[in-house]
Amino acid sequence: MNFTPVILWSDALVFLLLAACLAGAWYIRQHEHLLLPWRRVAQNATALVSLLVLALFLVVGLLDTLHYRAALPERNGGATVYSPEVLSVFDKLVEPLRVQTEKTYSAPLALTLYAKESTSDAQGRVLRDYPRLKFGGAHLADEAQRDGDVAWRGFKGALAGLLAGLLVVLAGAWLLLPSPASGRGIEGEGSQSKQKKREGSLCSTPLSPTLSRLRERGLPLRALLIATLIIATLIGITFNLATAYHVLGTDKVGQDVLYLSLKSIRTGLIIGTVTTLVTLPLALLLGIAAGYLRGWVDDVIQYVYTVLSSIPSVLLIAAAVLMMQVTIETHPHWFDTAASRADLRLVFLCLILGMTSWTGLCRLLRGETLKLRELEYIQAAQAFGVSSFRILTRHIVPNVMHIILIALVMDFSGLVLAEAVLSYVGVGVDPSTISFGTMINAARLEMGREPMVWWALAAAFGFMLALVLAANLFADAVRDAFDPRLNRTEANA
Amino acid sequence: MLAYLLRRILYAVPILIGVNLLTFALFFVVNTPEDMARMQLGIKRVTPEAIEKWKQQHGYDKPLLLNGAASGAGKVTDTIFWQKSASMFVLDFGYSDDGRNISREIQTRMMPSLAIALPTFLVGLVVYVSFALLMTLFRATALDIAGVALCVLLMSVSGLFYIIGGQFVVSKLWHLVPISGYDGGLGGFKFVALPIVIGVVGSVGSSSRWYRTIFLEEIGKDYVRTARAKGLSELRVLFRHVLKNAMIPILTGVVVVIPLLFMGSLLTESFFGIPGLGSYTIDAINAQDFSVVRAMVFLGSLLYIVGLILTDISYTMVDPRVRLS
Repeated sequence: MNFTPVILWSDALVFLLLAACLAGAWYIRQHEHLLLPWRRVAQNATALVSLLVLALFLVVGLLDTLHYRAALPERNGGATVYSPEVLSVFDKLVEPLRVQTEKTYSAPLALTLYAKESTSDAQGRVLRDYPRLKFGGAHLADEAQRDGDVAWRGFKGALAGLLAGLLVVLAGAWLLLPSPASGRGIEGEGSQSKQKKREGSLCSTPLSPTLSRLRERGLPLRALLIATLIIATLIGITFNLATAYHVLGTDKVGQDVLYLSLKSIRTGLIIGTVTTLVTLPLALLLGIAAGYLRGWVDDVIQYVYTVLSSIPSVLLIAAAVLMMQVTIETHPHWFDTAASRADLRLVFLCLILGMTSWTGLCRLLRGETLKLRELEYIQAAQAFGVSSFRILTRHIVPNVMHIILIALVMDFSGLVLAEAVLSYVGVGVDPSTISFGTMINAARLEMGREPMVWWALAAAFGFMLALVLAANLFADAVRDAFDPRLNRTEANA
Repeated sequence: MLAYLLRRILYAVPILIGVNLLTFALFFVVNTPEDMARMQLGIKRVTPEAIEKWKQQHGYDKPLLLNGAASGAGKVTDTIFWQKSASMFVLDFGYSDDGRNISREIQTRMMPSLAIALPTFLVGLVVYVSFALLMTLFRATALDIAGVALCVLLMSVSGLFYIIGGQFVVSKLWHLVPISGYDGGLGGFKFVALPIVIGVVGSVGSSSRWYRTIFLEEIGKDYVRTARAKGLSELRVLFRHVLKNAMIPILTGVVVVIPLLFMGSLLTESFFGIPGLGSYTIDAINAQDFSVVRAMVFLGSLLYIVGLILTDISYTMVDPRVRLS
């Protein structure tokens, strides 16, 4: 074997979370009443398009979570020696981006470095000019060819992307056609609408039983189709240009900014989701215990969350992270690689963020449980002699699930944004971890240079905006679909 | 009312004790003073003597909770907990690592923080509420949808972007105001103008959307229909009836942050070089000055509790049905 898999702490937590999500999705599919609000989400065009974007981010994040250490060529007495560098499958897939580093800054799609350098020509004269990049556009002999080459490559990439998008759509349709429609199968639905459009009428007789089922549910097929094709085209252009240029430029040590941005996705996703693993059990357990049991339990729990929430969260996080730094620095023997050390810091950051953010959800759950426990069906259960534990798990928890779900999806974007701020303050992720926060932090000092180094900042903010905007839009749709306060007439759709 | 206030203040004491115990545990039990000394001194200079000296200089050379060597009350008072934590209750925060009195430092840095935070808060409140009222006025039209979309977009942009972008465009490209700095008095206006604008713009998305939800909830109620049936104009209904009735949820979110204005904003102050409490905290975090961070945590929670009490009092002012007892 020429590699050894590495499971970092954060990887394990991500896998745990993924397993929980899959189990949850499977359980929901078995129960029609649980599926209903999700159908409402699926009827929302904005939500589905955001979900598509989020899914892409998730794929990159998950690929970046499968870590390994490659074997080194030399052997130590027959035993394989593994490189101390922890790589991921994603790193392997985009290896050219990772390995092809320049000397220092270069603008997006540039052929030359950002700074002038002295070189001497054949006659020994010293020339001061912008040196050509080692990799970016190295195939071009003449700098004037660049614009044409970029346009041609972009066009080819766009075509390929469009074609791939269509293929995905058709494959989805083919997969979906023989089987009964399930909640997923996004692309397939798209192709159906396309075929329909070609027929000229959107409401004509259905092409197949599947299609009629899909239409009954009011899935926004056209929006999905258009979004898929646009995204596929964009990916195609970027991908094809990235094979020959640094699409988003390079940073101070010559690393490709596109690579850094893509790597940051995993950090952002982990901060936004793994934190849930801390928040959820604490808030759920303590919230419903306080609301249902009341008395001294309620007093103690209320006291704990009042204390925690009375400390301004940035300060509490800062204090906890400072202490964590001391602990990590005084125990260097805990970590075998630098990656595992940086990773543990990330996990701790999630833990700390979770410890400071469960109080809001806990208060909501306590209030809801207080309301629920006075309802007739709970009192009936109590009269039948059902145990408290069973009442809590069978009657209370399912009825507060919508609050939990709404709170979790709403929190996600806030956490992603918080990471950048915390990294700036100096209490965020390890400086060696690639994240939006560390990217912004490194790039903001270069704003004053002339000409300005704007690309790293723009890339970090742009990717962050895409992720957070998609998450916000999706969260809104989820809230609208699950909030029982909203009046609904189409509830039996 | 007085009895209620007294009870609330008494109730605040155990919470502050809790905060104190928590920070004490965070700072002294998870890591011993010895670890801190090692960290502060750096790897090269760590010798047992140096550590002892550092601990003595900073007053960490005592037992944590109970001093067996001392006699009488000294058993409790001559400890790290008593000297470093309990004294905070009388707002004596001790000295920072560079030997300055933290309480004094807080007093002098309070004003710059307020000079930014108070206008941001007031202007922000007016802007957010008016924007939300406008969206409510045009509810369910294209204008409202565009407004909400704008809010979601503004919400999704990182706060750092507003600061960096604002500094770049306003200060560097247009040369309207200095990039950073601070000056007391009227001359300081050019320094605080940009941070205030950015502070307001930075949370326009989330705040306006939140107020809009509150107003929309109110507008479905019966008294609004009655008011319209009486023939009142929509504007009058909004300002005289909806706004007044929405005061309770608005106050819940707003009053609690007023005392925290003293603390300033960490980000804004450090980007704009304003010598307030926010930048003080950031500097302390970066220099790993634990006594300052601990003092700020305590001050922050104290102000938060004051804010909660103020919220309750404000309810009685806008809603005659609320009685504190």
